[in-house]
Amino acid sequence: MKYTTRRAVGLGLTGLTALAAFFIVGMLALILLDVARNGARHLSWAFLTQPPSDGMMAGGIFPAIFGTAALTLLMTLAVMPVGVLTAVYLHEYAPPESRFARWVRVAVVNLAGVPSIVFGLFGLGFFILFVGGNLDRLLGYEEMHWAQPSILWASLTLAVLTLPVVIVSTEEALRAVPLEQRTASLALGATQSQTLARVVLPGALPGILTGAVLAISRGAGEVAPILFTGAAYFLPDLPTQLNSQFMHLGYHTYVMATQSPNVTEASGPLYATVLVLLALTFALNLVAVIIRTRTRRKAASAH
Amino acid sequence: MSLQPQNPRAKMEARELILRYGAKTAIHKVSLAILDRRVTALIGPSGCGKSTFLRSLNRMNDLISGTTHAGTILLDGMDIHDRGVDVVDLRRRVGMVFQKSNPFPKSIFENVAYGLRVGGMKDKAELASRVEKSLRGAALWDEVKDRLDESALGLSGGQQQRLCIARAMAVEPEVLLMDEPASALDPIATAKIEELIHELKATYTIAIVTHNMQQAARVSDRTAFFYMGELVECGPTEQIFTNPREKRTEDYVTGKFG
Amino acid sequence: MEQGLTHSVAAPRLSAAARRRQLREKAVAGFITLMAFTGIAALVLIIVFVAKEALTLFTDADARHEASLSKMFLPQEGRYPFRWQPVSDTPKVSMIPLFVGTLKITLVSMLVAVPMGIFSALFVAEFAPRRLRELLKPVIELLAGIPSVVLGFFALMVLSPMVKSLFHLDRPLNGTLAGLALALAIVPVIFTVSEDALTAVPRSYREASLALGATLWETAWKVVLPAAAPGILAACVLGFGRAIGETMIVLMASGNADLVSWNLGDSARSLSATIAAEMGEVVVGSPHYSLLFFIGVELFIFTFVLNMVASTWTKKVLQRLTGSAS
Repeated sequence: MKYTTRRAVGLGLTGLTALAAFFIVGMLALILLDVARNGARHLSWAFLTQPPSDGMMAGGIFPAIFGTAALTLLMTLAVMPVGVLTAVYLHEYAPPESRFARWVRVAVVNLAGVPSIVFGLFGLGFFILFVGGNLDRLLGYEEMHWAQPSILWASLTLAVLTLPVVIVSTEEALRAVPLEQRTASLALGATQSQTLARVVLPGALPGILTGAVLAISRGAGEVAPILFTGAAYFLPDLPTQLNSQFMHLGYHTYVMATQSPNVTEASGPLYATVLVLLALTFALNLVAVIIRTRTRRKAASAH
Repeated sequence: MSLQPQNPRAKMEARELILRYGAKTAIHKVSLAILDRRVTALIGPSGCGKSTFLRSLNRMNDLISGTTHAGTILLDGMDIHDRGVDVVDLRRRVGMVFQKSNPFPKSIFENVAYGLRVGGMKDKAELASRVEKSLRGAALWDEVKDRLDESALGLSGGQQQRLCIARAMAVEPEVLLMDEPASALDPIATAKIEELIHELKATYTIAIVTHNMQQAARVSDRTAFFYMGELVECGPTEQIFTNPREKRTEDYVTGKFG
Repeated sequence: MEQGLTHSVAAPRLSAAARRRQLREKAVAGFITLMAFTGIAALVLIIVFVAKEALTLFTDADARHEASLSKMFLPQEGRYPFRWQPVSDTPKVSMIPLFVGTLKITLVSMLVAVPMGIFSALFVAEFAPRRLRELLKPVIELLAGIPSVVLGFFALMVLSPMVKSLFHLDRPLNGTLAGLALALAIVPVIFTVSEDALTAVPRSYREASLALGATLWETAWKVVLPAAAPGILAACVLGFGRAIGETMIVLMASGNADLVSWNLGDSARSLSATIAAEMGEVVVGSPHYSLLFFIGVELFIFTFVLNMVASTWTKKVLQRLTGSAS
């Protein structure tokens, strides 16, 4: 084949790859635009701040917003210390070639691949039936108190699900803290934990926060794990106890989209709910991606 | 090779020190005394083990996995690898300044105060006076006294290195180890560091690794020449540079290799 | 020479402060190590507790009768040899329609997502100018940040009528629709991992090829892509694992009928969607309940194996490329 033909064929195929990339971007834009346009129409202050009424056709979604926020907050409180410290172990404390550290890594990689619905089963089998059941027995509750779906068990289930996200981002953040700073601190007579608390963790803070944001965004959007660990379709009361059930934006979307007698009639509030959910998860993701791209570029230029 | 009995006592002393990274021997049977309140220069071609030797004096090599050692290192007659020696205490007595200045991304004040804070000092006035004293000691006070709260990363390279010296001095160590402290600096900044070393030797015992033989000649009282992990020769600086005993030392200091 | 080195070696004693400090450091290190154990514990607890609830199928006589392995996997007598109707009067518990549905949907999604993911990774890693590359990569990764329930909703509201008229299908919800929506969820996975694998190929490979007169495309296709092949395979395997386990999209878009049909226009029921749809209504401890946990065990094992395969391949590509280079 002549060089010019080869070049032309190459250019054509290159064009195809570009097409693939831009098609994906186009789909993303289509989703965002569709939700934004249709959702904005029904969005109002009242919608954001009132409980639903009239069989979900009227009123707002405040309990779902509140439930999602409370759930994610509890999840974050649970996952951050464990995730950050695990990453600290892997990057700062584990002896090199440590077999335990290698097992932890294998576990984390596999945890990230477990289907979210299996986390739901786990939450039900472990947290609700096993832990909750034993708690009830120990604390002497006659009727079910802990051994039932609740915001606590749902948030812990999500915490296990988002654990790999936090570990991976934190480790990346720890890697970005220059080794010389650790050496300098140790040479000044600081202990390893002092070095960790005063130099390494502050230096890794932006990356750790990115991990938190990613975990929150992931956790807020997951529905499968909370289907039978605590989410409820309609609950006029806000969850005030750790063992209350709760409304959730994603679950709300699922039920309304699949079980409404008339989806077209419900599409206004439905789109608005999805818009709120997207705004929550997507905006957080955007923030995380921007911070991460920036720190990666900085790290790359530092080397 | 022999060490003449000197008037100043040996502050630190290596006896037949052997150091290995895994299977590779980095230092082979080095015996060397670092004399009290003198400047000892460690010279030699790259990879000769001089930096490794320096880092073993405050056990910074502990941080590198796979290092093993044999022989002893003494600080005031006490084995620094003894179970009864806490490495943190050791490093407070034997401070270190690195080749690349490595200030923390904190304020100038917090950089100098770091070692004091991790040592448990909380009193603000005491901290402030110690920071000032160290910065003055490192001849940096006049340049930074009006911006102690600004980030240390805003200082010039030479200032950053003097800040690192001040930071090391703040904990008032007895020995100061310097690993090519001026190799990344321009001639003016280098001159300032050398001047500083001159002043410091009244109070500190200093061991300095350097690539630069003029620098060794200018700042040190004694010079030790390392070659391929062994100590070839050690003696008064003047003698090493003008009348070395060993052929290899002569070749190196006259620039025939290295 | 011994003369100059005549200090006696003093035996130092650890001060009380130093001992306290060492103790504290040990405690901190111990605590951190303990925390690191959580990851392993979580994985073990997941399989143990999911399997534990499924175990009744094999220990309980009733359950063994109602849902024996042969009833799950072998054709049954009657007009419909494979049916999943666990709550009817005579429960039918064949897993075959669920396997078929899962595979069908996954296959559609892979057929779309694999070429799309790899091609866009090629474009971003090999052809796009630097500025465009730095924009495209995070934007495509953003797709991964859209919750799957939103993708399912999008499939229901927007894609469904499009797909129905485009392929002239009878049903609004079907395997094709679920597969296409699922593709949206796994494209970012395949893209990200492939792109990483492509970028890991040393520049010298490209320069050598270009210097020999190959075009940019030929270099990318015949040199870079083969060098990164294990990594790209790993990307596909990871995508496959994600597709098998994904729940909400399939639940919302597939129609959930227990058909054994390879017709892409038919409705399909997947393993994961079955759990999601039925767990809410089962009686804890019933055979049906254990059956759903048994499906969970299956899903766990599938994805676990796929994950191990993928991570082995990724490691291999890294070893080959960096190990030989250094």
